[in-house]
Amino acid sequence: MTTAVDIHTTAATPIWRRGGLVLAALAAMLATALLVGGRFGLLLAVGLGFGIVLEGLRFGFAGPWRAMILRRDPGGLWAQLLSIALVSLVAFPLLAANQGELSGAQGPIGFAMIAGAFVFGAAMQVVLGCGSGTLVNAGSGNAVSLVALPFFAIGSFAGAYHLIWWTDLGALPVLTLSGWQGAAITLLGLSAIAAVLWKLAAPEHRRLPRRLIVAAVLLAALAVLNLIVAGQPWGVVYGLGLWAAKAASAAGADLSGSTFWSAPASVERLTHSLLTDYTSLTNIGIILGAFLVAGWRTGGLSQNIQSLPAQAWLAAMVAGFLLGYSSRLAFGCNVGAFFSGISTGSLHGWVWFAAAFAGSVYGVKLRPLLKLEARS
Amino acid sequence: MTRLVTASIALAGLTAMIALDASATPPNPYKAPKLLALGSGTAPSGGFCGALPDPAGK
Repeated sequence: MTTAVDIHTTAATPIWRRGGLVLAALAAMLATALLVGGRFGLLLAVGLGFGIVLEGLRFGFAGPWRAMILRRDPGGLWAQLLSIALVSLVAFPLLAANQGELSGAQGPIGFAMIAGAFVFGAAMQVVLGCGSGTLVNAGSGNAVSLVALPFFAIGSFAGAYHLIWWTDLGALPVLTLSGWQGAAITLLGLSAIAAVLWKLAAPEHRRLPRRLIVAAVLLAALAVLNLIVAGQPWGVVYGLGLWAAKAASAAGADLSGSTFWSAPASVERLTHSLLTDYTSLTNIGIILGAFLVAGWRTGGLSQNIQSLPAQAWLAAMVAGFLLGYSSRLAFGCNVGAFFSGISTGSLHGWVWFAAAFAGSVYGVKLRPLLKLEARS
Repeated sequence: MTRLVTASIALAGLTAMIALDASATPPNPYKAPKLLALGSGTAPSGGFCGALPDPAGK
């Protein structure tokens, strides 16, 4: 029999837990603002927002691509295109009017870039987590992503270490769209992809759920805020590589052999606090935000961890490394290249999307072979 | 083992990394930039996924 005391206890527990989570998040933002400056505290808040939206509204990148490939369900992919379009509408005029203060997510198209995007697309389907997805999943207790994450960071560090060698294999100059004409071309391109998806979609999946529309709008607002606060678009993989580079440097590794890590700007960042690196802050925020949502949900953290064979864990480590390495060659992941690249006018974002989607088709087939799910 | 354990490991790892980094490179609140890059009058200088070591790409 349930007594009044029991009811009071069970009702109060989530309130205390949720209150504690919100207070801890606010304290983290305040501490960052006091320790390193208001801009960095604000960026941590933006990262928290990303994590809360991605986990809270189940907005992802790898999952929706998988849904399109396996079930011809384009809902999640449409939401991604909608969010990118909304950012474009604001980012293009902002970048055009403030060239000295804001920069886009620009990268050159090249052989290694295309191959990197293809490998990234395959690897993200193996672990079912992209750049942002791996952070969200790790923060919400997904064991595969937790295992993949440190290897992702090491891969990002190694990819940046060798980046110039790969780029020297052949790359075009950075090609960009800009101004209102650039925004119009971008919106037309996104609309064209949305139309192709409509054509390819199974009739019963030709709809965009309200939850994903809300998530797309919120994500776009946060991405624009990221641009205004940091002066650069939302990114993920640079920060992860910096974490590994700092660890290697602290362990006594000599990074002077790398053109990338020995460049003056990299050396400066290696000698500054991690809390002053924009992508590190939003990455930390995403993990904390996902944890907050998982802890907020009733039973969110009480699910049992899936039991997997050793081969699957090994695959998660290798795929994690490849996610990091390939995304540096590709000048970004689903966030830095696809989301931010396209929405700020870099043509490499479009090429990244095509190559990564092709890679995803193979990655979806690889996942069961690597024992990460039951074979159908 | 539940997700509480793995999520806690993620948070503990993050906390340890930030603490170790803060001890090696202490934060300096007196070198803080303006709150927003937009309107700050300064060029963006953060590291980014698409960044090459210098504009020439070498």
